[in-house]
Amino acid sequence: MGIPEKQDHFRTANKSRISTLVRNILPAKKADEIGKKTILAVPYLWLSVFFLVPFFIIFQISFTEAIIARPPYTSLVEIEEGLIQIRLVTESYLMLFEDDIYWKSYLNSAWIAATSTLICFLIGYPMAYGIARAPAHTRRRLLLFIILPFWTAFILRVYAWVGILNNNGILNNILQWLGLTDTPIQFLYTDFAIYIGIVYTYLPFMILPIYTTLEKMDLSLMEASSDLGGRPVTTFMRITLPLSVPGIIAGSMLVFIPALGEFVIPALLGGDDSLMIGRVLFDEFFLNRDWPMASTVAVAMLIFLVAPIVLFNHFQSKEMEAK
Amino acid sequence: MAKRSSTFVLSAMCFGYAFLYIPIFLLIAYSFNDSKLATVWGGFSTRWYVELFQNEQIMAAAWLSLKIAFLTATFAVILGTMAGIAIIRYGRFKGRMLFTGMITAPMVMPEVITGLSLLLLFVSMESLLGWPAERGTTTIIIAHVTFAMAYVTVVVQSRLASIDQSIEEAAMDLGCRPLRILYDITLPMILPAIISGWLLAFTLSLDDLVIATFVTGPGASTLPMVIFSKIKLGISPDINALATIVIFLVFTGVLASSWINRKTSN
Repeated sequence: MGIPEKQDHFRTANKSRISTLVRNILPAKKADEIGKKTILAVPYLWLSVFFLVPFFIIFQISFTEAIIARPPYTSLVEIEEGLIQIRLVTESYLMLFEDDIYWKSYLNSAWIAATSTLICFLIGYPMAYGIARAPAHTRRRLLLFIILPFWTAFILRVYAWVGILNNNGILNNILQWLGLTDTPIQFLYTDFAIYIGIVYTYLPFMILPIYTTLEKMDLSLMEASSDLGGRPVTTFMRITLPLSVPGIIAGSMLVFIPALGEFVIPALLGGDDSLMIGRVLFDEFFLNRDWPMASTVAVAMLIFLVAPIVLFNHFQSKEMEAK
Repeated sequence: MAKRSSTFVLSAMCFGYAFLYIPIFLLIAYSFNDSKLATVWGGFSTRWYVELFQNEQIMAAAWLSLKIAFLTATFAVILGTMAGIAIIRYGRFKGRMLFTGMITAPMVMPEVITGLSLLLLFVSMESLLGWPAERGTTTIIIAHVTFAMAYVTVVVQSRLASIDQSIEEAAMDLGCRPLRILYDITLPMILPAIISGWLLAFTLSLDDLVIATFVTGPGASTLPMVIFSKIKLGISPDINALATIVIFLVFTGVLASSWINRKTSN
């Protein structure tokens, strides 16, 4: 039924019909093109406005001076007698070097972040290794229990340690019960508590990338090594460890970068004298209301972090292309 | 593998999991403690749960946080999915390097920098454009969408890269319009990634304290902000009760979704 009808249809088709067809297709193509561009343009625009532009603003405000006004900083560009004048104030940058609180907290943060990253690696690597070499069905469950804490509120997990490390907290109670100490040991509000908090929070971020590289690894390489008489330690040091370097780097960056700028953990677990740059920035902004100084601290932190962030991006995009 | 190294790995794993879970179990246990002192066991009680639900400040903050998280997740999924499709399917385009950089950078950027930079943006926009006239829920949502969409993009991106592109090509060869392909083929295929991206964005938004503290205005206090100011004053058992509820919801949610995943994949 349908076919003769269709033939009939085609026979009656004339030039004008074809041209309307073409006319209908062309705008459709154009619409497709617009649709395709929109898919890219919307997120591009969003990120440009809300991620890229803010950095230029931070940079600009770091060269102004704090005043009591709304907003509390001088403007960079002034129009005086019809001339546009740019007033760069480098006072905040000089302060960065003159007042030792800033560089001391940079060094201290870098030290704490690096040490925590190392501890995460030492605990996380064997765990990732164990999970990757477990039988498939257990592997899934083990992995789930690594990810699970990540979904529970971060601040509540930090809070859990307040209860443990307190002067009359569980840890001190156990130590006193064991007779190891008579008077409570000050754990809370020390750097020790900051280390615990950072390692506890960021450990899963170390384990997951390492697990991914270990799981993808070709096991026959290790078999070959042991067939050739390589001892397990040699096989591990010369094959497994070098092959998992991309995972180690990605995991280390995922721990180091946020740990360096961490605010919540030092604010809740650290002492008043614990200097971490994220906290200094926070106080500079909220307590001293010195926006230019806070911006300068942020710019300096960014310069500090450019190398790790680029390194992470590099490995991340390589990972994506490998897929 | 030698026996010695496997005992080492096994003990490391036991230590690691204990380290991750003991604090959580203690949090739950002490939420049922009748004593106000966190370390003294005063008998089983549910009084902190009653107190929690009577605390209007916490309840209002929880409601606000849920609202923000819901809207954040929805917008982040839309933007993140678009970005993921563009990165995987568009090949090389102008500004691709910058685009992928802007996707991965927010994930590792220290929160204090993201928070400060967005606040300074909002302040500058206010003096130049008159918008946003006041900071609060809207500015928090914008800030959260910006960093949450990066995570959605990564999830969607890896799913897109793993699905078979020949189905989309076949539909295209058969004369299917790109928009139809997107709705009828691509989106249904990446739906699991979109759902997990939504949940991830929801959690990230619910979790955030630092960025919200920077970009909020008077009157808009999210749940983490209220919890933070309470913890600053010391131990408060109603926070233990809140934590237990959160842990219970998260654990059932995650375990149920992994169970469903396994059922459907089998």
